[in-house]
Amino acid sequence: MTKQVILGAHFPGVNNTTVWSDPRSGSQIEFGSFAHLARTAQAGKLDFLFLAEGLRLREQRGKIHDLDVVGRPHTMTVLAALAAVTEHLGLVGTNQSTYNEPYELARQYSSLDHLSGGRAGWNVVTSPDAFTGENFRRGGYLDRADRYARATEFVQVARELWESWPPGARAAGEHEGQSARTGDAPGAFAHEGESFDISGHFTVPRSPQVHPVIMQAGDSDAGREFAAHSADAIFTRHTTFEAGREFYADVKRRLARYGRAAESLKVLPGSTFILADTEAGARERAHYVRRQQVSPQTAILLLEQLWNRDLSSLDPDGPLPDFDPEPEADSIIKGRARLFDDHVATARKWRAIAQDKKLSVRDLVIEVTGRQNFIGTPSRVASEINRHVQEDACDGFILVPHLVPGGLDDFVAKVVPLLQERGVLRADYEPGATLRDNLGLSPARPAASWARAREAAGPHPARSESAHA
Amino acid sequence: MPEPARPQRQQHQVGQVGPGERLHLAVALDGAGWHPAAWREPDARPGEILTAGYWADLAAEAERGLLDFITVEDSLGLPGDVESGGLDSRTGQPRGRLDAVLIAARIAPLTSHVGIVPTVTTTHTEPFHVSTALATLDYVSAGRAGWQAQPSPQPGQARHFGRGEHPADGPATQSGTRASPGPDMRRHFAQAADFTEVVRRLWDSWEDDAVIRDAATGRFVDRDKLHHIDFEGPWFSVRGPSITPRPPQGQLPVAVLAHTSLAREFAATAADIVFLTPASVGQAAQLMSQVRSAELSARRSSQPLAAYADLVVFLDEDESAARERKERLDRADGAPQRSDAAVFTGTAGQLAALLLEWQAAGLAGFRLRPGAIPHDLERVTRALVPELQARGVFPAACAGGTLRERLGLGPRPVNRYATELGAPA
Repeated sequence: MTKQVILGAHFPGVNNTTVWSDPRSGSQIEFGSFAHLARTAQAGKLDFLFLAEGLRLREQRGKIHDLDVVGRPHTMTVLAALAAVTEHLGLVGTNQSTYNEPYELARQYSSLDHLSGGRAGWNVVTSPDAFTGENFRRGGYLDRADRYARATEFVQVARELWESWPPGARAAGEHEGQSARTGDAPGAFAHEGESFDISGHFTVPRSPQVHPVIMQAGDSDAGREFAAHSADAIFTRHTTFEAGREFYADVKRRLARYGRAAESLKVLPGSTFILADTEAGARERAHYVRRQQVSPQTAILLLEQLWNRDLSSLDPDGPLPDFDPEPEADSIIKGRARLFDDHVATARKWRAIAQDKKLSVRDLVIEVTGRQNFIGTPSRVASEINRHVQEDACDGFILVPHLVPGGLDDFVAKVVPLLQERGVLRADYEPGATLRDNLGLSPARPAASWARAREAAGPHPARSESAHA
Repeated sequence: MPEPARPQRQQHQVGQVGPGERLHLAVALDGAGWHPAAWREPDARPGEILTAGYWADLAAEAERGLLDFITVEDSLGLPGDVESGGLDSRTGQPRGRLDAVLIAARIAPLTSHVGIVPTVTTTHTEPFHVSTALATLDYVSAGRAGWQAQPSPQPGQARHFGRGEHPADGPATQSGTRASPGPDMRRHFAQAADFTEVVRRLWDSWEDDAVIRDAATGRFVDRDKLHHIDFEGPWFSVRGPSITPRPPQGQLPVAVLAHTSLAREFAATAADIVFLTPASVGQAAQLMSQVRSAELSARRSSQPLAAYADLVVFLDEDESAARERKERLDRADGAPQRSDAAVFTGTAGQLAALLLEWQAAGLAGFRLRPGAIPHDLERVTRALVPELQARGVFPAACAGGTLRERLGLGPRPVNRYATELGAPA
């Protein structure tokens, strides 16, 4: 059976994928930029807009990182505003389970689901670092295992809150079965667990989706398992065809343990793209964009992250350092995911590539980091996207443009019609469809059913962590 | 209520409002209105209180009436008597509500003039999240956002957050030991003052010209114009800077509803606007003098608080109709409405006269709480506003601008961190 391609639009992030030096680059914070990207995504009949989140400005060598785009809005607030300028597009935010509390965040997502007519989605992330915690009253460090334990319970509590009102109950008016006694007030809940011991009344009646769509971002073993037992979709970095197929098979295989069908969890890699009218033109454009993304200063900074030491005197147009990294020292970079597993081995590999291809520091960084995933004519990119989906490397992609706000314009104008012609992307939205409907997900499963399935499966045997989470 | 003699101000031409004579007008939106039985009215829309369309319509009505701002009430719990475990004999009163900041953000792009002021509690939330949420509301409304800061002492709400159970609450916490708010209101307001200070510092943690996009040096941002705020207090420490650039207004107007001297102190320390609940013109004058002395004891150096009186209003074409409607609602609810603010029943003309009389006590304006929505909201925008315009105290057209400008809260505030670095690198 032909699968439908799921497409999300990632608002360009706070990192060097986003090009700010281009004359077409607009504001990273004005609402108009968000509205433009959302309207474009909706014009292209995409499934959702996706917002990432970072709660502390990155620092390197104790100073705020100043080379990349920085500054972003509060996730839920800008999504609620975007609900006013779109009618069908899903609105997916990223929020920490570490620096939030279930009552407050569940209330915000339920509110967003009401205010958008059933279009809310929550990408659950867990933060490892006390660095970010310095901005929060509940700041502090959770080790990796505890992070996912807290995240699992957090989502479970949220589901319990989301269904704490009886079906069909309204905000005001008599409720069926309600008597004069206080104990019968709607929204009563009580949860007692390892991470949370809370009780009382939730203020929000059931929202259109009841449970907003739950996504999880993280490719580690614990992250994959979390997706298998608690999420509707997983946002991954595995974008190449072969790695994608392997990841897809692994994640879908895990679902059986929890009694879930393969199609109940969608696999969505983040993916960049470069379009041009000819293949040669696309390659040329890709190289131009890479040079914009990797300025001489950015190249040195990335090398410092691998070497874990000051390399500010290094010539970006010269050769790589001839000494090895200092991975044992305290990390010089704060506020972003760990990039490298084995610093010494990676450095030696990079040195070999640079010597082999006679590359400068900057050219080497361009060569080995963040290459665009789809480069080519619209027809080629449409075919590649469809091939990945039909041959089970994924269920769709979260597209990451490199320009604000027009980075998705070409894709929607040129690639979307080709996917529609192939019958793998909707020609129009179904009126009144929720995000859950658009993604081909079943109606929300009750909280108790999720909990029972996890309990029946028992503890997951932990495996070694992959490079990033 | 007898109609007092009209003040002389009515001699002004329509739309010509002299300085210092402008009366500011806001409405407080909450569910189906402020009467607990409002949802039973034939024109109420109790089934739509959770929809965007409901709030969009109310905001459009406020904007049509040229109102200065709307407030959106909020609470992290059901109505007080339910949460505190007491008996509540009245079934069916409005209980469900959505997050006020998100309602505000949802209606911001649909409006262009009216200020939007959601309530956010200072007790259970993170100042960092609240600061960025409100800054973002200011962006999506192009400078029309404000904040009603409110402590939440209800023990029922504390149980929603299960204090002390979080693993990061232990001694390893970066912020050190965290004090439990307890029942003491003084501590709730002290925490609220700390909270507001953090929110405000974070708004200033980016200088206005921090984003430089300097291709020559490869720098997007001038890091010398981003500031750690390094706040340390008994309830939280926050390092900063914000993740959100300084909001369009620089500092959003902050409002505090004050029934007590503690709340007035908090307002004098932290706010731009204070909502008062006088029962009479005499009491309005008395409360104003208490506000001024609170400003003195708080050593307030900024512009004096702009004071607004809250009034619950039931408005009809004749006085008896308004009174009978209010009584009918009371009967439907089984008890007379309990209210912290004075309840007015009468005509728009009578209300206009009363507002002018009370304003003389030194009030900047009024925040009217419609008894029932849409009826009393529409009587405010369609009957009261023309009465005030005819009296020359309310503009005939919208002047635009930011909420600060509109409320006369002074020029855009200077960034507290901008002067510190003065010397260029």
